[in-house]
Amino acid sequence: MISGKVFKYGANVDTDAIIPARYLNVSDPTELAKHCMEDIDADFVKKVDKGDIIVASTNFGCGSSREHAPIAIKAAGVSAVVAASFARIFFRNAINIGLPLLESAEAAAAASAGDTLEIDLEAGIIRSVTSGETFRANPYPSFMAGIIASGGLIEYTRRNLAGGAQ
Amino acid sequence: MQGRINKVTLAETILAAHCGRKSVSPGDFISVRPDMILSNDITAPIAIREFYKMGVKKVFDPHKIVMVPDHFVPNKDIASAEQSKLLREFAAEHGINYFECGQMGIEHVLLPEQGLVLPGDVVIGADSHTCTYGALGAFATGMGSTDIAVAMATGEIWMKVPKTIRFVYHGRLQEWVGGKDLILYTIGQIGVDGALYNAMEFTGEAVDSLSMDGRFTMSNMAIEAGGKVGLCRADDKTVAYAKPRARRAYQAYELGHVDECAHVIEYDVSGLEPQVAAPHLPSNTKGVSQFRDVKIHQAVIGSCTNGRIEDLRLAATVIKGHKVAPFVRCIVIPGSQQVYLDAIKEGLVETFIKAGCAFSTPTCGPCLGGHMGILAAGERAVSTTNRNFVGRMGSPKSEVYLANPAVTAASAVLGRIASPAEL
Repeated sequence: MISGKVFKYGANVDTDAIIPARYLNVSDPTELAKHCMEDIDADFVKKVDKGDIIVASTNFGCGSSREHAPIAIKAAGVSAVVAASFARIFFRNAINIGLPLLESAEAAAAASAGDTLEIDLEAGIIRSVTSGETFRANPYPSFMAGIIASGGLIEYTRRNLAGGAQ
Repeated sequence: MQGRINKVTLAETILAAHCGRKSVSPGDFISVRPDMILSNDITAPIAIREFYKMGVKKVFDPHKIVMVPDHFVPNKDIASAEQSKLLREFAAEHGINYFECGQMGIEHVLLPEQGLVLPGDVVIGADSHTCTYGALGAFATGMGSTDIAVAMATGEIWMKVPKTIRFVYHGRLQEWVGGKDLILYTIGQIGVDGALYNAMEFTGEAVDSLSMDGRFTMSNMAIEAGGKVGLCRADDKTVAYAKPRARRAYQAYELGHVDECAHVIEYDVSGLEPQVAAPHLPSNTKGVSQFRDVKIHQAVIGSCTNGRIEDLRLAATVIKGHKVAPFVRCIVIPGSQQVYLDAIKEGLVETFIKAGCAFSTPTCGPCLGGHMGILAAGERAVSTTNRNFVGRMGSPKSEVYLANPAVTAASAVLGRIASPAEL
């Protein structure tokens, strides 16, 4: 069970906002995390605690393909992102590196900054401790369940390659 | 030359041909074998790290992998030099396609120019503007570094077959209106997630009339509407472009049957004026005449969107005989060494320098706030690039307006956003 306080953002949070390109001359997760959300929320890194949850409206993660974006979010301590919808490449990248995403327009609209959410990832249930409301996230396509269960695409592929060699 | 017409969409035709199936349908999850796998100096270092985590020693096929250091090249600092070094060493060890500083270009200008991506291909790249090659009638889409690592190891990558939205552009384009204006107008109409998860198709007489350079510009910005790919049909112009460059077989396809498209959106663009996207989204688009009071500090002409020779020709035509306005910087960046050479031969470089422009070696540079033209707080640029998000070209308190090369050149001369017709 994931539990954390909400950092709330609007629509079209782009990957330049999540991690500005001026910091992409490194790929170390800890270094990237220091600048997460810097250009749209200068205090984010100071305020975020391990386990906290980003909640946003539509098209979260639009823009560049930089995997540094979900890496920075994950390394900053964020446990999950809840949004009304996600940009396609960001969605792949987050699943691939094991950052949980939950798509729920209702949960995204209902949550306010500072609320506490509890998330049951396996069931796809988002519960607001603050308001008592419960929301169900759109289920993942079954194809992706294997990747998620493996903790990401690399481990999934490594297991498949090892299996194929036997 | 007449390509094949299929009863399924072009996206489905190409994907089916690359996953060993007779047909695929939107929503299917498939394992695709790409013809080319791309990464750059920002995304390859993570891909290389993840590649070795799988316990793999060799890439599946060095001829189908390319790495291009282009974002922070020539290296702007020690950290970016370390990143480029990772690419160089990996490329040398595995014998993959690699373009050193001096031979390189911005990846999406370079790869079509070198014949590394061809009509009918599936191309994946760890760069969101990989969709540029849709202009060739190739299924080309951006992914992340981990996807690229897996593809380099196995030769396969999973994809979800997208639905298709067809955009039909009717009418003859006005002077100074081109591919950039059509795509900015489209994004303005449908929004930055208007084509989310969908394949976009660009067709109609206005698209037919565009050169390949103009079509590359359109397909390049499909991602700015959330599109997975931005496809054009492969016509005579496509074949004339691809044929002399190709060193392997390729397939030129027509678009599929219109009935198979999830949506068809038609625009009459005969009265369209040059388009400008205001901060901070590419969808904040209006005609250039709506922006005449907007003063600028910098103009950038280049990038994977508009760094091709036709773009430089247009800008040079506008700026020739004029001077860049006082206290304005105009930075011109050719998209590849070949574009640079052509610009020299055609006298364009001289035109730009005499007008007071800075002329650079190829790099993505300022487009993403990397180097070679960073904005200070309170500064404003008009740029032929593709994104105007907060902080995109430097300070989070700076602003970027997106426009075509002719408008950008005219704006550099007048020191405010301007139409070339005003000069």
